[in-house]
Amino acid sequence: MRRSHPLITATAMFTVGFLYLPLVAVAVFSVNATRYGLVWRGFTLDWYIKLIHNEFILEAAANTLVLAVVSTVIATILGTVLAIGMDRFPWNRKTNTVLDLVLHIPVVIPDIILAAALVVAFGLLRLASSQFEPGLLNMIIGHITFQISFVALVVRSRLVSIGRDVEEAARDLFAGTSYLLWRITLPLLLPGIVAGAMLAFTLSLDDFVISFFTAGPESVTLPLYIFAAVRRGVTPQIHALSTLVVLITVVMIIGMERLTRK
Amino acid sequence: MNKLLVWYGELTTRQNLTKRGLVFLGAGMLWLMVFLVLPGLVLIVVSFATRGTYGQLEWNFTIENYQRLAGFSLFGWTADYIIIVLRSVWVAFVTTAISVILSYPLAFFICARPERTRYLWLTLVIIPFWTNMVIRTYAWFLILAPEMPFAKLASYIGLIPAGSPLYPNAFAVYLGMVSMFLPFVALPLYSSVERLDWSLVEAAQDLYASKVRVFTQAILPQTLPGLSVGVILTFVPAMGMFVVPDLLGGAKYMLVGNLIQQQFGSSRDWPFGAAISMGLMVLTMISLQLYRRRSKDIEYI
Repeated sequence: MRRSHPLITATAMFTVGFLYLPLVAVAVFSVNATRYGLVWRGFTLDWYIKLIHNEFILEAAANTLVLAVVSTVIATILGTVLAIGMDRFPWNRKTNTVLDLVLHIPVVIPDIILAAALVVAFGLLRLASSQFEPGLLNMIIGHITFQISFVALVVRSRLVSIGRDVEEAARDLFAGTSYLLWRITLPLLLPGIVAGAMLAFTLSLDDFVISFFTAGPESVTLPLYIFAAVRRGVTPQIHALSTLVVLITVVMIIGMERLTRK
Repeated sequence: MNKLLVWYGELTTRQNLTKRGLVFLGAGMLWLMVFLVLPGLVLIVVSFATRGTYGQLEWNFTIENYQRLAGFSLFGWTADYIIIVLRSVWVAFVTTAISVILSYPLAFFICARPERTRYLWLTLVIIPFWTNMVIRTYAWFLILAPEMPFAKLASYIGLIPAGSPLYPNAFAVYLGMVSMFLPFVALPLYSSVERLDWSLVEAAQDLYASKVRVFTQAILPQTLPGLSVGVILTFVPAMGMFVVPDLLGGAKYMLVGNLIQQQFGSSRDWPFGAAISMGLMVLTMISLQLYRRRSKDIEYI
């Protein structure tokens, strides 16, 4: 262990404070008894209780969850199969480069470009079918599109790190193709698949931009609800909702760390 | 093509493997083609279309949208859009620079913690990384509110009228942007600092290198992999950022992200929106290219 210079310590403390000051303020004002303004009028949990009775918020929470679960399940399956297909077959260099490029697009481009492309694409698809009106289906499609890449990249790095020895040994012992996949490759891959799925789930819960561009009036998610509400003006109820969302994030991060560090 | 080969301990032919491989690639690649590549191409095509009276698309191909982005219109030339584009690049640059400056001390500080508390500090940086960006942005409303000491101080000096908040303005945008992206630099940088070979730093100090030289010649090259990941994770999304300038900048400090959103929202001018998106795409490509040339070996976190 090395000691750090007092100036480094001071700057680091300042930075951590800078990151947390806004979040702490939201939490503090979520238990403040005043309806308007930012004057402290005593502790209350009223705003949290009111949340449970706000049907718009409950609906937004349900939408957020449905969106995250459905898109994560589909993206995890597609992404995992795609990763195996990319890593475990002898593609030539050119094919590999193209596959790699396509896979990296959603990771590197600003999400607003993907959102714009999806708006235009759904607009044209609407000419063919009214299924593509802005709404939950469009949001699920949009989320899957960026989640696939993240899942495939995480699973592929796991495929590389487990190497090929075990699978080759299984082949030598006369394992068939489907036996190899279900009994050897997938069990070995499982930690990678779980990590990829959790990343995809978190990305979906957290997403604002893709949802904002593809959502309809019936499919408001929590981030969209909060955004719309704060543009009208902040209320203690929104602080309470945001504090809950942050707490859920913290619990998920700690859970993820426990799972991946053992 | 049909020669036998041993792949993974399996005796097979290349044709056989290609067939099976395509089954695996099929679904995922088809999805990405239909909902990523194709929409991207459509976006390019639409950027050359025109907007009808009611916001519908009309397929007469022109470069009018790009001319408009460059500032040319019926009424002569204005710099309005160019200013917004340049401002976005500038904001992304300043955000990245401040984030890097603040991330170095943070990364070194966390690395200097004893094993037991190090993960606690690291988690403290990871939490904002994963916290919803709408919440983290609007939270600044509270800090910058007129009742808070910062706004009071600013009105005391005479920067803002008494009783008004410290937003929306450029300052609030920078504040929001740096707090948004700082963890994106700090986390990859930490992974590089953690693996730092301190003997090189000590060697430089033993040879009477100045503090600046110790940093530029012993620390910087070693932390470059993490730094470059952090810079690219910050600079590219910062250029397209839309939530922070929308909430904290308002109409006073618009960025490219707001301009795109406006075209797909209230203005309902998809062709122009598509053209601006293409402009942002070009900026993204340029910065990725510059970055790739500068750092040969990148590592993923």
